Amino acid sequence: MEIVMIILASILFATAIYNMLQKQFLRIIIGTVLLSHAAHLFLLTMGQLKRGNPPVLVDGVTNYTDPLPQALILTSIVISFGVTSFLLVLAYRTYTLNKTDNMDELRGSKDE
Amino acid sequence: MSNLAVLPIVIPLLASVILAFIPKKTKASRFLAKLFAVVYLGYSAFLSWVVFSDGIIVMQASGWIAPFGISIVADYLSVVLVLITSIITTAAVFYAPNSLEKLQENHYFYTFVFLMIAGVTGAFLTGDLFNLFVFFEVLLMASYGLIVLGGGKVQLRESMKYVLFNVFSSMLFVTTIAFIYASVGTVNMAHLAERIQEAEQSGILTGAAILLFFVFAIKAAIFPLYYWLPNSYIVPNPVVSALFGALLTKVGIYAILRTFTLIFVHEPGITHEIFIWLAIFTMLFGVIGALSTHNVKLIVTYNIIPAIGFILMGIGLFSTTGIEGSVYYLIHDMIIKAALFFLVGALVVAAGTSDLRKMGGLIKQYPVLGWLFFIGSLVLAGVPPFSGFIGKLLLLQGSLSQEEWILTIAALVTSLLILYSMIRIFVRGFWGEDPGELPKQKKKVHRLTIPAAVLLVINIFLGVGAELVYPHIETIANLLMDRTEYINAVLGE
Repeated sequence: MEIVMIILASILFATAIYNMLQKQFLRIIIGTVLLSHAAHLFLLTMGQLKRGNPPVLVDGVTNYTDPLPQALILTSIVISFGVTSFLLVLAYRTYTLNKTDNMDELRGSKDE
Repeated sequence: MSNLAVLPIVIPLLASVILAFIPKKTKASRFLAKLFAVVYLGYSAFLSWVVFSDGIIVMQASGWIAPFGISIVADYLSVVLVLITSIITTAAVFYAPNSLEKLQENHYFYTFVFLMIAGVTGAFLTGDLFNLFVFFEVLLMASYGLIVLGGGKVQLRESMKYVLFNVFSSMLFVTTIAFIYASVGTVNMAHLAERIQEAEQSGILTGAAILLFFVFAIKAAIFPLYYWLPNSYIVPNPVVSALFGALLTKVGIYAILRTFTLIFVHEPGITHEIFIWLAIFTMLFGVIGALSTHNVKLIVTYNIIPAIGFILMGIGLFSTTGIEGSVYYLIHDMIIKAALFFLVGALVVAAGTSDLRKMGGLIKQYPVLGWLFFIGSLVLAGVPPFSGFIGKLLLLQGSLSQEEWILTIAALVTSLLILYSMIRIFVRGFWGEDPGELPKQKKKVHRLTIPAAVLLVINIFLGVGAELVYPHIETIANLLMDRTEYINAVLGE
């Protein structure tokens, strides 16, 4: 199971990097979203995907699911959700002011 | 007792929440911001005093003992950096009303500043790798708010790049934490240090260490990852640039200092050797950037990069003298960068332009600003007896004793070029002939120079009073080199 998840995460990483290297704003933002998914999936897999009891201490149960990666991912998902929504607004404002969403045209010149 | 450690995070957080309710009441929010900044400064000074007299304070969040809970660790290095942060915050809050436009000030400026300070303080105090990521995000989110404030065309364009770089590095940080968690099964820094010592830092851990360095190097602007920095740091208001230049890159280098003196210390032949080479390139390329431009804001911004190189140099040397030099230089650089950005802000107001070629003869109208700038340049370049000199002396001592000749030469050449790049502003801008394009009317800049002057006085004290300061730096460096006290304090053994 872990190996399948890791392959899936690596495909997501590759797609994310490909999209981030594009010139259009929206594609870059989709790239960052995919990158965060890849990172989260990777983190989940790294905590080992074993099915066991809930992580509550009870006598006589030895096989627990690791709660820490889940807690970490939850925090990270909330953060990347916030950052993505901010990025979308920023991209829209930049587009309306600069009249372009192409990174090539946003390099800036020497004499500003 | 242990709750003392968490208060420096709570005070700015509380301030930012309260100030978020009254953005339009300019007078009230100015007063409250100043009040909170002074309270924060006073508390940080108190905390430093407590830690230096009684030893490390550790707070285990909600009573969950490390390594299961989140630890907030106030050790010597952290509290000193928190104290410096609070000094800079106070200066910035007093500088801001005279520098910001009303529109910017009324759009949650103080809220964002205090939120960022909460993030910076948290990053300095946390003893947990994932928590470090969270505090990085807190300070980055607030910095996104600050960098777009006032939002012109150019400003938004550069902000977009700044945000994208940081989003990328944050996600890489999560991935690195996944690697580390998979191989050693913990994210608590002290516990990591212990476990990695047991595992003798195998190949995968060294790989994760380099990935982690890459993440922090993006934030700290180390060669070859500094290209996002110059343009995005000059677009916002000078007070925002000062906060960014003094605090944000320093959080990145602090994270490197912490992780590579506490956790990943068993393969210095691989990791720390890379640092030395990167330090050389960071210093040289940064200062070449500073020489390449006529924009005064850009000159000061480029000078952030060689300073990071100097600090990295000490970490790479990984000897007590080297670490002492790094810590000294870190403290010195935080204060002087804030002061220089304040002075450049005042200079741009006075001259009405940031192009050095259009300035000249400003010293007739603004003698105080001119001489402060001159002293600031000398402090930055490390001319004795100022504070930069002591830091560089320790760093060079360290590198000479390890016979790192190229590093020594690069550091000396860089110091000279830093002095040249800064003195150029003084010679061309304050001396020389007035080209006739400058505004005839004298601007009121004395309110802008006072916070910078106070910071410069602290800097001069760090240099002239080195006899008083150095023993504390020595304590910090000894604690960083001998990790047992930190580990025992956190894990309670």
